[in-house]
Amino acid sequence: MAVSLNCEIVESIPSEVRNLRVCFGFASQPLHSLQGQSHPHSLEKMLPSIVIYGLVNSVILALTAIGFSLTFGISGVANFAYGGFYIFSGFVVWMLLNYLKFPFVLAIIVTIGVTGLLGFITYWVILLRVRGIALSEVIATFALGVGILELFRWLGFVTYEFTLPYLKKGMIMIVGVPLDYQRLSIIGIGLALVLFLYFFTHYTRVGLAFRGIAQNERTAISLGIKSDRTAALSLAFGSAMASVAAIVILPLGIISINTGYEVLLIAVAVGIVGGLESVPGILVASLILGYAQIITGTYFKPEWMMVVYLAAIVLVLAIKPSGLFGKFKELEERV
Amino acid sequence: MKYRKERLDRGIKARCEDIFALSSYREMLYLLLPRALPVIILLVLPLLKGVIGLYWEKVLMITCIMGLLALSWDLMASVGLISLGQALFFGAGAYITGYLNYAFKLPPILCIPLGALGGALFSTLLLLPVLRLRGVYFAIVTLTFPLLLARFIETTKILGGTEGMSALSPLPNIWVEMYVPVLALLVCLFGFRRLINEDYGLVLQGIRDNDRAVMSGAINIYWFKAQAVFIAGVAGAFAGAFMTHYTQVVGMAAFAMDYSILPLTAAVLGGVGSFAGPVIGAFILMPLSEVLRAVGTLRVVFYSAILIICVVGLPEGIFHYMRRKYHQFERMVDVG
Repeated sequence: MAVSLNCEIVESIPSEVRNLRVCFGFASQPLHSLQGQSHPHSLEKMLPSIVIYGLVNSVILALTAIGFSLTFGISGVANFAYGGFYIFSGFVVWMLLNYLKFPFVLAIIVTIGVTGLLGFITYWVILLRVRGIALSEVIATFALGVGILELFRWLGFVTYEFTLPYLKKGMIMIVGVPLDYQRLSIIGIGLALVLFLYFFTHYTRVGLAFRGIAQNERTAISLGIKSDRTAALSLAFGSAMASVAAIVILPLGIISINTGYEVLLIAVAVGIVGGLESVPGILVASLILGYAQIITGTYFKPEWMMVVYLAAIVLVLAIKPSGLFGKFKELEERV
Repeated sequence: MKYRKERLDRGIKARCEDIFALSSYREMLYLLLPRALPVIILLVLPLLKGVIGLYWEKVLMITCIMGLLALSWDLMASVGLISLGQALFFGAGAYITGYLNYAFKLPPILCIPLGALGGALFSTLLLLPVLRLRGVYFAIVTLTFPLLLARFIETTKILGGTEGMSALSPLPNIWVEMYVPVLALLVCLFGFRRLINEDYGLVLQGIRDNDRAVMSGAINIYWFKAQAVFIAGVAGAFAGAFMTHYTQVVGMAAFAMDYSILPLTAAVLGGVGSFAGPVIGAFILMPLSEVLRAVGTLRVVFYSAILIICVVGLPEGIFHYMRRKYHQFERMVDVG
């Protein structure tokens, strides 16, 4: 049922745009630029497509990075199980829809809750005991992420039947470029989430507490902010955002386990380029990386899209290690 | 009656400090046995291949390879650089060796050293801009490098692309296959231990503990970090180079996540910082992984579980625990 839904949508998109469609799963479906045309396409024809699909790609990257940035960048709590939580929530939605036959809205709500709970439990069981020892935090959460991903691989969640349904069928035309509702909703939800993150961390007490425990934990404690509970909450929020991102982005392709590793890679790349603790940084970095990817995919070979990340990371680290908008110089040695 | 636990050095340890160790055979054995025993066992094991069987000899070989990777991880950890991507060294060494053999038809005896040095050089150059980062961020970025390099090779189709290069020259005979990794492991183990106890190693440990203090001593910490990465890279790339000629094929699997996670798990299980710990960890993990081969990918879940339990519950690792027991004893003392 989910598969046929996707086929309908796919067929409704004209072929030249379908080939230009950016699929998020780099491992599964690479971008195919207009096949048979090797020379650069005329700019006027391609520009609207590039602008629109570049925006979609950028918002996808921002959505992916946002949960990681909330936990690690803003609260200072390591969460390298991020990719694992992303895929975990995708599979939980799938299982709720296909095994327990939940309605879609209920499945989404339950999954977001479950993933948030998983994040909370991760803090209390694992991170609480190693808080402050950076090496152990990284290793423990990284091992958790790998364990979750490989557990799903062992359980056999690797075939093509694992897709999530679209939120709404159909598409609209913007400036002559067809755009399906799923991607439109990605843009909408992504921007809303980024705005929410900004206002949340700057104007609400919980959000300010998140930033407080990252800046100076002892002072925060002395002001009455419960450090452990706040850190656990930030992990829970970050995981919940991961699941929102998964629910909105995963329908574009199949749920592939390698995406879990790539999600972490993307979150790290966006964080490093934009500056880990700043929300405008995430937005700007994802715009830069997203458009760089689309342009590389259109005018060079599509497979080079991943190399954009490597180049961006190395470039930023060589020139300005704390990122474009990073102020706290956390990344550099204290030079 | 209240008791308190007291931990004291054993008498024999106090008696064999410095030159007094030569005073009796017992003292000399106390010092020598922990060091000599692994060496003797490792040197003798390949000779027993008739008794143990060829399969377990292969397991010994791959354990030594993983031990080399774990040692290189530990050296980098001794400088304060935690790397989640040892596969970078492994893959770099493997590919350079494979390429030298495939394109220029050089014999293995030239390819392996050249691959080890070339792989280390390449990895060090790649990691140079990242050395400035603090430990945690260094870890994140090293995690991404093997993934990205594998993808790079896949897309640009250089060095064989997805199929890799095959039909490389084999190693001369089975004794070479068994003894080279064993000897390399022993040389690295004792070499790194000696290195970290010399003045050079003191600088490295200082960089890990307090880099600003080292900088204020007019020492260029980035140059030392780069050197440490290079030395660790030689060990890691050698492992990759050897595996290439052992399996006679090299492909994108050289950058697999296995080669990053297993050394990490071995080091954390065995005890970070002491070079013997990662080797012990490797010798526990690799046979375990062979035994668990039947359950397929669940192995990695086991490693993750072991890693989490060790990091949270047994942070000092097996080797530190064993060493403490060897040198000290505990007893309950009545305090009224």
